[in-house]
Amino acid sequence: MANVPKDLKYTREHEWAKQEGDSVRVGITAYAQEQLGDVVFVELPKVGAKVTATKNFGVVESVKAVSDLFAPISGEVVEINGELSQKPETVNQDPYGRGWMIAVKPSNKGEWDQLLTAQQYEDFLAQAAH
Amino acid sequence: MSEAPLKRTPLHAAHVAAGARMVPFGGWDMPVQYTGILDEHRTVRGAAGLFDVSHMGEFECNGPAALAALQSVTTNDVAALEIGQVQYSVFCSPNGTIVDDLTVYRLATDRYMLTVNASNIDKDYAWVTHHAKAARWRNVSEQTGLIAVQGPKAEALVGRLADQDVTKIGYYRFARGAVAGVATLISRTGYTGEDGFELYAAAADTPRLWTALLDAGRADGVAPIGLGARDTLRLEMKYALYGNDIDDTTNPLEAGLGWVVKPAKGDFVGRDALEKIRAEGVRRRLIGIEMVDKAIARHGYPVRKDGREVGIVTSGSYGPSVDKYIAMAYVEAALAAVGTALAVEVRGQAKAARVAKTPFHPSRVKRA
Repeated sequence: MANVPKDLKYTREHEWAKQEGDSVRVGITAYAQEQLGDVVFVELPKVGAKVTATKNFGVVESVKAVSDLFAPISGEVVEINGELSQKPETVNQDPYGRGWMIAVKPSNKGEWDQLLTAQQYEDFLAQAAH
Repeated sequence: MSEAPLKRTPLHAAHVAAGARMVPFGGWDMPVQYTGILDEHRTVRGAAGLFDVSHMGEFECNGPAALAALQSVTTNDVAALEIGQVQYSVFCSPNGTIVDDLTVYRLATDRYMLTVNASNIDKDYAWVTHHAKAARWRNVSEQTGLIAVQGPKAEALVGRLADQDVTKIGYYRFARGAVAGVATLISRTGYTGEDGFELYAAAADTPRLWTALLDAGRADGVAPIGLGARDTLRLEMKYALYGNDIDDTTNPLEAGLGWVVKPAKGDFVGRDALEKIRAEGVRRRLIGIEMVDKAIARHGYPVRKDGREVGIVTSGSYGPSVDKYIAMAYVEAALAAVGTALAVEVRGQAKAARVAKTPFHPSRVKRA
């Protein structure tokens, strides 16, 4: 079973979200990076861009595939992980840490409660495996 | 997609046991990766890798009419082929487009073997038996296994297990012999740009050969390699992949395969059309592209010059050994010169690119 940290929230598109002060850090899960295989390109929005919950905010590409990234919550991008343009493999190596993608200042705090808990995401993965 | 169950090579169980990720490819259930595509790619360039290519098709073409039959259905000059030699070639349709690309082995005076792409086996067999009826044809794909051993350590590895001195087998030459006690056709060919061999064996013997090669190579870092790395390795060499870069809408002259089109040998299917194209000049060319902006050009993405659409990407990825985003594309012939500035449209945005010198990565095949 893939690693699913308890202190994060999740989407059905395999992004994680972590509350840090008044912003939310976003990345893809260990399951997602494993399914993708070697990540060789990550395209992120610019700082200041607006993202919308469940809508595409960027792209992650492995050798074989192109996958959209979906925002867990709406808001303004306040930080992006610039390291990924030089070292996209960081997403594989440390998906919940140095492989983070964007930090968002949420515009709708109610969206947080719509996200999956770790338990719900684990159940979702277990279902997907059948 | 077709409802037919996926076919399995004789090594299917070995791939599953090794934890490979299996995917459908041309009707076959094949390993796309074992440890990871980048890691496997580097294993081949740095040590050696084993590829299961048993899904590929093999036909025998025999009898006094075999040479004339092969001359009539392939574009290259089979008469130039010596016993023990291999030739890259193409089947063309009457309008000059590519039915398949293949290799031709001359086994004996009137005996040949053809190796064709897995996804084209049925189409090709119908094609050759229709256009070259006079020869005796046999489709031996099912009973034939094929393992490619590719990389700088391939010669030493195969040499340790072979009953003969494989260093004497030149590029695009082959010998019959035993490897690890298994009767094989040892062919100095491949699809990676590295030195190496392709070992043909009876399907039933192929798992034993695979295991022996893995065991003997493990200390040298030899590992099994999936189709994912096979694709990035061939892309760095600008080797065309049927279904991606060449197909029944492209001709060998625009695909850079004019060197295997030999009209002087006499008539063959597609000759008139190809002669006409050659006389008029090709309209587009298959070229190598290197991205200037950070982006990956993928199959089907438009290529532009000053906003105008001038071509289409046929293959593209990250090239692990060149550490660049690279691609192959058809572009208007006037824009094919190395260094020409182009743009690839990636998700609606023009990304700067240029025509690159190819192969992207230097070939290390062992030429005589």
